[in-house]
Amino acid sequence: MLRRKEAAVRLSMWGAMRLAVVDLTGERGGEPVFSGISFLLVPHGSLVITGPNGAGKSTLLRVLAGLLPPASGSIAWEGGGEDWPTLSGSTHYLGHHNAMKPALTVGENLGFWRSFNGSQRASVAEALDKVGLSGIGHLPFGYLSTGQKRRASIAKLLVSYRPLWLLDEPTSGLDRASEARFAELMEEHLAQGGMIVAATHLPLGLGGAKRLEMGGHRGHGRAHDHDDEGVWPPAAGDA
Amino acid sequence: MLALLIREIRLGVRAGGGALTGVLFFLAVVAAIPFAVGPDINLLARLGPAVLWIGALLAGLLGLDRLFQADREDGSLDLMIIARDTHMLVATVFVKCVAHWLVALLPLVVAAPVFGLLMSMDAVAIGAATLTLLVGTPALAFVGAAGASVAVALPRGGLLVSVLVLPIAIPVLIFGVSASYAAVNEPDPFLPPFLILAALTLFMAVIGPLAAAVALRYAAD
Repeated sequence: MLRRKEAAVRLSMWGAMRLAVVDLTGERGGEPVFSGISFLLVPHGSLVITGPNGAGKSTLLRVLAGLLPPASGSIAWEGGGEDWPTLSGSTHYLGHHNAMKPALTVGENLGFWRSFNGSQRASVAEALDKVGLSGIGHLPFGYLSTGQKRRASIAKLLVSYRPLWLLDEPTSGLDRASEARFAELMEEHLAQGGMIVAATHLPLGLGGAKRLEMGGHRGHGRAHDHDDEGVWPPAAGDA
Repeated sequence: MLALLIREIRLGVRAGGGALTGVLFFLAVVAAIPFAVGPDINLLARLGPAVLWIGALLAGLLGLDRLFQADREDGSLDLMIIARDTHMLVATVFVKCVAHWLVALLPLVVAAPVFGLLMSMDAVAIGAATLTLLVGTPALAFVGAAGASVAVALPRGGLLVSVLVLPIAIPVLIFGVSASYAAVNEPDPFLPPFLILAALTLFMAVIGPLAAAVALRYAAD
């Protein structure tokens, strides 16, 4: 009961929260990688970025996470209130690397990120249970298989709360069952008013996701013709 | 931040952390000196403080290149940069430096009195050298962080970090050694060089993490 009330208060706070990206251009080492990207994301909304290798999916996510400066265009994070005043502070970034130390146990790794990131949600044991790794918290992270490592890394999203998840190929290395379980976790996050931006070339199983197709003519590294770039017109959210 | 400190210390002392490599290297340097300069006990005792300081300095430079590189390779550094609103990157770097000092440099300070015996130093000289090492080695960690962050993107930046850091660490070496000598050579005052050494450490504790944080911020790619 209390939980529902809390959720309702949170929801009202999130009413105006949004991520607005307008005409964004990203570059790597001075070479434009993508351009003309625009989209609007509101609570419960998700965006799936697709495109061939080298289309700039990862670069876009790193620009959104604040790890790379945008070459031009604007990224606006609005309505976060006191809890989530800045974009990078409101973000979980799941990149290609798992950000876990092989020498530490899974539990120690997750426990560290839980207390480092703050806004603690699920306990380490609960999070491991949700990704189907219950009972292996005592093992060194280095002992796990690729898929298990990925699932442990996904558990990192659950131990502390962030409204926006930036996921870069989140399901790489996962088996079918884990993919389905991860899709459930994402739906749950969206249902609680979260937002997701995911770059992938595999179907993620996200129901109402918007799609952003990034152009595939970047193979030669020149970016003079922007005509074929994927453009997502700013559209009203689905909330 | 406490969580970060605990994590770094755990990483340092677990297998592969390389906390004891520095002490072994320190021992190798100190143990090689008597073979090189010969069995003149008075000469060895006179060289003692300088040898301890050079050994500690070189051993302290050993693991520096991995300070941020390991975090960069497994993606942790990205998440620490993203978390800069809650934990200022400077503070994160500072805590990592403190942990590095506790794990890699403090063992050198603890080992210094034992290695001093190898140089046939007397008790006062050993005490002074250990005290100056205790006060001076944190400066190495903080300067080292600045060097390590500049070379963080280079796959084999180990030697480069040492070469970058060494010139900035020379003042620490000068005042550390001169304070150690002043403690045994009667007319020289001990306190002025020792206080300058302490000031250097405090100065580096501010400048080092600041420079490292700026370098890391723009090394993210």
